[in-house]
Amino acid sequence: MTAPAIEVSNLTKQFGGKAVVNNVTLSVRKGEIMGFLGPNGSGKTTTIRLMCGLLEPDSGEGRVLGHDIRTERGAIKRKVGYMTQKFSFYEDLTIKENLDFVAGLYGLPKRREAVRETLEDLGLTSRKDQLAGSLSGGWKQRLALAACVMHKPDLLMLDEPTAGVDPKARREFWDEIHALAHGGLTVLVSTHYMDEAERCHRISYISYGHLIATGTVAEVVHNAGLTTMIITGPNTGEAEKRLRGADGVDQIAPFGATLHVVGRDGDRLRAAATRVAGETGNVVNPAETSLEDVFIQLMSAATDNMQ
Amino acid sequence: MSRYFSFGRLWVLLVKEVIQMRRDRITFAMMLGMPLLQLILFGFAINTDPKALPAALVAPTQDRFTRAMVSALEMTGYYRFILPDATAEGAEELIARGDVAFVVTVPSDFGRRIERGDNAQILIEADATDPSVASGAISTLQTVASSALTRETGATGSSLPVEIVVHRRYNPEGITQYNIVPGLLGVILQMTMVMMTSMALTRENERGTMENLLAMPATPLEIMLGKILPYLGVGGVQVAVVLASAKVIFNVPFVGPLVVVLAGVFVFVLALVILGYLISTVARTQMQAMQLTFFFFLPSMLLSGFMFPYRGMPAWAQVLGEIFPLTHFLRLSRSVMLKGAGFSTVSGSFLALIVFALALALLALRRFRKTLD
Repeated sequence: MTAPAIEVSNLTKQFGGKAVVNNVTLSVRKGEIMGFLGPNGSGKTTTIRLMCGLLEPDSGEGRVLGHDIRTERGAIKRKVGYMTQKFSFYEDLTIKENLDFVAGLYGLPKRREAVRETLEDLGLTSRKDQLAGSLSGGWKQRLALAACVMHKPDLLMLDEPTAGVDPKARREFWDEIHALAHGGLTVLVSTHYMDEAERCHRISYISYGHLIATGTVAEVVHNAGLTTMIITGPNTGEAEKRLRGADGVDQIAPFGATLHVVGRDGDRLRAAATRVAGETGNVVNPAETSLEDVFIQLMSAATDNMQ
Repeated sequence: MSRYFSFGRLWVLLVKEVIQMRRDRITFAMMLGMPLLQLILFGFAINTDPKALPAALVAPTQDRFTRAMVSALEMTGYYRFILPDATAEGAEELIARGDVAFVVTVPSDFGRRIERGDNAQILIEADATDPSVASGAISTLQTVASSALTRETGATGSSLPVEIVVHRRYNPEGITQYNIVPGLLGVILQMTMVMMTSMALTRENERGTMENLLAMPATPLEIMLGKILPYLGVGGVQVAVVLASAKVIFNVPFVGPLVVVLAGVFVFVLALVILGYLISTVARTQMQAMQLTFFFFLPSMLLSGFMFPYRGMPAWAQVLGEIFPLTHFLRLSRSVMLKGAGFSTVSGSFLALIVFALALALLALRRFRKTLD
């Protein structure tokens, strides 16, 4: 087995005395797509910055692509493509000028050719002299991705790349990510979207700086040990009211005409759901626990730990 | 490519900066137009040699010698007699109120004394609260008077017994310099250089492009140079504009060696650009950068000796004035341009400017390292 692309342990980073990243240990295998999940402000961006050499950790250590994240940051920067959360290329430069700039900074040997090829791959050759700022959100994101992989990195770190992008563009973006991964590229991508998380080989969940769960989607769902019941019928509104705070019920979420009820203790949940469904004239059925249910659970658990 | 510094990368950063500069048309126009506009505005508005200044004449006997003197004075263009028959008391009040800049008193025995060949005196009282107002008018007096009276008496030779007594009232020392345009050079450079540089870098932070830049293999030194050098070039253009128009439009004397001024300009601009860079490491937004620039700009303009005579300030203010690069640059440019000083004379100012540039550069690099983390 080859060495992992990312191998960090006990990473901690504080800002103003507050630990934004706390003892995070993470391992990403070569060629896999690792989803990095967590609520807003959970330390995802900081963790990514630590790993791509933008920040120095206060404690902990690790290697990215075989380079020490403390002492070999320059080498890491040359081999990693990092796509920031916000579009961070120059809006007052044209598409071609932006690509040319990036190619020059990485010192690509055949710069003009690389730029031309990237433009062609993007399908932007005819619009190459358009200012990057005039592109739509989806195109900006494609441009940013193309610029990040132009120097053929071994590892790609994407920080919420699809925020504000329409579903079709998102779908295409993920197809592109998978194509890159097939080519041997390792990808670490942070996201809020559950459907995106399900397209990753493995996921890691971080909350308040702590890494809480990691594994394949199925593993994470299974390890959460949650039971889910679906209540359907004419009176789900009344059922929701009665189930709030009921013994064994951790989450209630209406989905259209149905009600998802989730709990950590299967027996108690089933008992409560069956009882309430009977009282209100609804039907209850067991269901698959979704990744979203797991995350809601993880988030509330983490909040409880903090308080 | 080298790990720490590469000319290739620096070149790429420079090209990018210049494209951005060119594309931001308003700012670009401002960088080139502002020096010209300020120069013309200040150059014409701030006039150290004002003409047609209001004057009062106190002359009890209006004989032909008095009339000759008065018309000769008017001919210089400096005097405009708004009150040709004032009394001594009335004139005193006028000058105290500032309604007239001069009071010319021709004694009643002036004509008689000249005809007899005795010593004759004319008293010119000048309001020298603003020393520059009076200096031009006064400097021409003696020749004006002699030639006027020579014509009138028909005498030859230069032995006319006329003595002109000048009282520079309210400011007997009357130190003035031909200082506006050389000073403006410094002020314009300071304004544009500090502001443009600080804004250019804060813009990278504000728009999030700095994070991207740092994630790519560009080193702090390259980024700093990539920011500073283009603006150094803009500064060069500004200097050329100001010096050329100083010569063509304003005919400012330029007695000293040009190369010394240019060397001074270089160090000065370098210090300013680095200062702008330093500001940008502190400011989070372009707005803050602008505010910090003005926070620095105003006192340096007031205390450097550009607006008010440096020696007129109390000792503590002079010490304060020393901390502004503009102060040293003004000394340097005025000494060289107006007094013809050479390198050795202004080496002190040079040294001060170099110390500024070095200290600021060290500080800026240190600050930059911190902003990385």
